[in-house]
Amino acid sequence: MNAAFYVSGAVAVLTTAMAITRRNAVHALLYLVVSLLAVSLVFFTLGAPLAAALEAIVYAGAIMVLFVFVIMMLNPGSGSGKGEPILGNWRIWIGPSILTAVLAAELIYLVSRNGTGSAGGSEVIPVQVGSALLGPYMLGVELASMLLLAALVAANHLGRRGLPEEQGGGEEGGI
Amino acid sequence: MAEVPVEHGLILAAILFALGLTGVLVRRNLLFILLSLEVMINAAGVAFITAGSRWAQPDGQILFLFILAVAAAEVSIGLALVLLFHRSRKSLSVDDAIGMRG
Amino acid sequence: MLSLLWLVPAIPLAGFAALALLGNFRLPRAVTPIVGAGSVGLSALLTVLIGAQYLASPPAGSAYTQTVWNWMAAGGLTLAVAFRLDALSLTMIFVVTFVGFLIHLYSAEHMARDEGYNRFFAYMNLFVAAMLVLVLADNLLLLYLGWEGVGLCSYLLIGFWYREEANGRAARKAFLVTRVGDAALAVGMFLIFVQLGTWNIQDLMPRAAAQWTAGSAVALLAAALLLAGALGKSAQLPLQVWLPDAMAGPTPVSALIHAATMVTAGVYLIARMHVLFSLAPAVMLAAAVIGAATLLLAGLSALVQRDIKRVLAYSTMSQVGYMFLALGAGAWSAAIFHFWTHAFFKALLFLGAGVVIQSLDEEHDIFRMGGLRKTQPLTFWTFLIGACSLSALPLLTAGFYSKDKILWDVWSSPAGGPVLWAAGLAGAFLTSLYIFRVVFRVFFGAPFAKTQESSPPNQPGIRVRIPLLVLAVFSIGAGFVELPEALGNMPAFSDFLSTTLPALTVMAAAPGSEVFLEIDAAAAVLFGMLLAYVFFLRRPGLSDRMARTPAGNAIHRFWSAGWGFDWLYETVIVHPYVRLAARNKNDVFDRLVDRLVTRPYTWLARISRGDFFDRIFSWIADLNAGISRALGALQSGYVRWYAAGIAAGAIILIAMAVLQ
Repeated sequence: MNAAFYVSGAVAVLTTAMAITRRNAVHALLYLVVSLLAVSLVFFTLGAPLAAALEAIVYAGAIMVLFVFVIMMLNPGSGSGKGEPILGNWRIWIGPSILTAVLAAELIYLVSRNGTGSAGGSEVIPVQVGSALLGPYMLGVELASMLLLAALVAANHLGRRGLPEEQGGGEEGGI
Repeated sequence: MAEVPVEHGLILAAILFALGLTGVLVRRNLLFILLSLEVMINAAGVAFITAGSRWAQPDGQILFLFILAVAAAEVSIGLALVLLFHRSRKSLSVDDAIGMRG
Repeated sequence: MLSLLWLVPAIPLAGFAALALLGNFRLPRAVTPIVGAGSVGLSALLTVLIGAQYLASPPAGSAYTQTVWNWMAAGGLTLAVAFRLDALSLTMIFVVTFVGFLIHLYSAEHMARDEGYNRFFAYMNLFVAAMLVLVLADNLLLLYLGWEGVGLCSYLLIGFWYREEANGRAARKAFLVTRVGDAALAVGMFLIFVQLGTWNIQDLMPRAAAQWTAGSAVALLAAALLLAGALGKSAQLPLQVWLPDAMAGPTPVSALIHAATMVTAGVYLIARMHVLFSLAPAVMLAAAVIGAATLLLAGLSALVQRDIKRVLAYSTMSQVGYMFLALGAGAWSAAIFHFWTHAFFKALLFLGAGVVIQSLDEEHDIFRMGGLRKTQPLTFWTFLIGACSLSALPLLTAGFYSKDKILWDVWSSPAGGPVLWAAGLAGAFLTSLYIFRVVFRVFFGAPFAKTQESSPPNQPGIRVRIPLLVLAVFSIGAGFVELPEALGNMPAFSDFLSTTLPALTVMAAAPGSEVFLEIDAAAAVLFGMLLAYVFFLRRPGLSDRMARTPAGNAIHRFWSAGWGFDWLYETVIVHPYVRLAARNKNDVFDRLVDRLVTRPYTWLARISRGDFFDRIFSWIADLNAGISRALGALQSGYVRWYAAGIAAGAIILIAMAVLQ
């Protein structure tokens, strides 16, 4: 089973690297979807089946689909297809590479300094998660729902075309 | 289930986070920046799951749930803003959003 | 009453202060002459009262000294501001205040239309105060203070109408020429102090008599220096060039300063220091010779002048020459007697001339006047009385008695002699000649311009008439205080003065010689008047034809130019000095000062412009600007830049955790 973890981990890293260096948005998206699925597998090997499922369903299934919709709407084919010379232009990679390398080095150093124990020994089944959600984390759940409601309203408002008066006569902005 | 040292899981999270950050700093297209942000959020989630799995507690997964909710909310609003940005400027380059120049 | 002596100079001084401080802005125009003339009038009244008390009950030793305050006590020198009243100073202050008051009264009307009305009276009051200090001074330093004061006022009043450049030049000339004399006087004073140890006049004279032998070098030197000072102030040879030009001032100024008082300051000085002069016979001889030469030179110059005031100026020079002649011969009281009468008739002549000038719209040329006898009767009669007194008309006028006394004393004094007497006699002839030339030209004959006939000039007001009348009375009567032996033998004046001035020791003379001399003098005077009548009234063309011959023309120009002294001084002294000064504009001292002082200073100023502290402060400002620019660059507006910033911040924070 350990091998599954390391292989999925490697896949996730590789596909993420591919995802951020594509010119075509759709290509990047697809790479990212694969990465997310690999991460989901990582979760599974660590004994978190619910998280694995949610990762695949919500993250890869909903959020990425949202990206696909927007890309379709904006049709940035002409924009991002040719505009940015990413891999060719090494100059723009220097600063960010240094920053992120330093950050990664620091994090890895911190982590390995305080290494304790092993993960993934036992599985945490969804029943435990659900009981905890409806128990101690009840408030968090309510707050999360509020957040989602706010995001819904905001997205609806922001996504309108023009002002309410411009949108014909009596049509109210409905949900 | 696999018996993996905690460090390795967290190192995976760190690497994914660094990659996401690189993407934010390098890309000019707004969509790609948002994409990279998602990668960073996902990496944080990996860290939480790893920690929860270490202690065999459901807390890690619960926090991952919350992170998911936040990511979803952020993505929806963010994409709506991208739409508005594209409508007013006809461009998705973040270098056009230079109004805060001081 | 005698204790009020200090008020006599103080009141005019207060008048000066009031006019100077309150003048143009506070005092209405009508009040100015009340303050100006009133202060001198008060002094005159006080002088009369003091004099009456002095004559009635003379103080001990015939002198009264009032110390006003202790001036200085330094080392061996103790001086006080002290006034001494004796016969000599009483005579002087009476003349100064009385004649001064009449002239101030006259000026109230004569200067009424002048814009500097208030300034005029202020200066005149200051002059009177300084002159009174001069004659009342108990010590030489206080006398010198008054001496300088009258010199200053003379400068201010000659250049009174300062907007004309010529007036300023005349004032400067007067000041500079008298300055030569003043310097000599100062050196003489220092010599006296070094030798005798005091400046108190009454102390130093006995000491001089005790310590110095007659004719010794130090006595001669001191006396010569004092004489030089007197020559400058009294406009005698060789320092006489300033007086004719001083007529540029207003007529009352000429009357008061350059006729009655200041020019006689030298006479007073010599009379006051007579002990010193008695110890230096050579200097006295020099004074007599200078006096004689001046009176002849000035008389001849007065004969050819056209400006009526210049005639009177030369006349003053000549009459003061008589006084010096008398002093040089040892006839102290004769000189003071002549001063006494001269003050009255000369002031009268000047005031009359002022009326004439003003009535003809500032016409000074006597050849452009005529016939004023009919249009200005009062002025004519008073001027005539003054002229008769000046020319010493026998028996009737004051001038006769004083001039006669001088001639007699010069003849009979051991220090005098026939030669000097002859000079005096010739001078008397010249005097009547030139003054009656003026009388006949101005008041007789046909009026010069048509305008004089058609519009008769304004008659002078009461403030002018009173001084003219009073001075005319004195010009006649002031001589009766001293009658010579042959005519009544009443030497009241010289007896009065004998308490201060020693009487002349006369040689034994033949009994009838005094009468003989008087007849000679009278003959000279009358001959002069006759000649003037012939030349200037009967046949006016005769003198013109004489003047137009080549010799006559040359002589005329020579005398008219004051015997060439102006030209001489100009060529020998003034021009070389001015050339030297102009050439030395960039001289050695100039360059030295430039190198030693100016250049280092400017160098220092230049390097201090970017100096150490300056640099620190500008560095701070530049630092701030630089930081501001740098921080401004951080806000580039690029989102990725901001994101990088956040990442960098995170890195730093984590690094802090790492390093713990």
